[in-house]
Amino acid sequence: MSASEKYVAAAYLVVFVAVLAWVAIIAAKLARLERDVSELTELARKRREPADEREKVSV
Amino acid sequence: MLARLRHIPLPTLAVSAVVLMAAALSLIFFYAPIDADQGLSQKIFYIHVPIALTAYACFGWGAWKAFLHLWKRPPEADLESYVAIHQGVIFGALTLLTGSIWARISWGHWWEWSSNQLVTFLILFLFYSAYFMLRYSVEPGPARANMCAVYALFGVVLIPVSWLSIRIANDYIHPTVFTTNGPQMSGSMFLAFCVSWAALLTLAGTMYRVELAGKRLDSKLRELRELLA
Repeated sequence: MSASEKYVAAAYLVVFVAVLAWVAIIAAKLARLERDVSELTELARKRREPADEREKVSV
Repeated sequence: MLARLRHIPLPTLAVSAVVLMAAALSLIFFYAPIDADQGLSQKIFYIHVPIALTAYACFGWGAWKAFLHLWKRPPEADLESYVAIHQGVIFGALTLLTGSIWARISWGHWWEWSSNQLVTFLILFLFYSAYFMLRYSVEPGPARANMCAVYALFGVVLIPVSWLSIRIANDYIHPTVFTTNGPQMSGSMFLAFCVSWAALLTLAGTMYRVELAGKRLDSKLRELRELLA
């Protein structure tokens, strides 16, 4: 590969790698958001359980 | 027209970005001729200049959202401004990186401090990078949103200065391709350039929408956590 070809390849590769890095970061953030959703769903379920039990007792 | 663009589904935008990128790369390497002056290294032009223009567009969009925030106070304008500026900083960094690579092969060194155009763009990039330092040094709330909006609006003044510095500077280092007589390149080169720019704008739009969706979700989850705590 000539010097020009290497530099042209480097320039395009830099852009490609940057976009890939951005995709990886967004994927990691999405994974964290999914964990948060699971945690909050569990929290909401636990809150609901005592309320359900109170209803059963009163009946 | 911009309002209609917002309603394009995100998957459509993403696929369009991929298709346009593939078309751009095909045109750049198989259709556009090799430049007589710079040889193969001129191919960097087709990625460097569109990235720079996309960075300007992102900063401009961020400033527009900042103006809307100060004027009409729509609830999400601050967040949209922040995400646009973030995208602008990403594309600004890529402009500097690709420009440095092109400079190395064209001028023999990675950077030229005597060039007004390069230094002006660097100032623009650093100005908007500092936006995040401002944003995260203040507690979230209306005061932070107002401060960031004013800052973003100040920065937009640097965009035409950076653009014009390529034309009014007399060091003749940075090439001027777009003049008052039109683009100084062949039709095939101009087509490759336009498709590349369209591809990068679509990519920036996709990245903007994805990041915005993630931030909105994060904000709602935080609110939900506070309600459930």
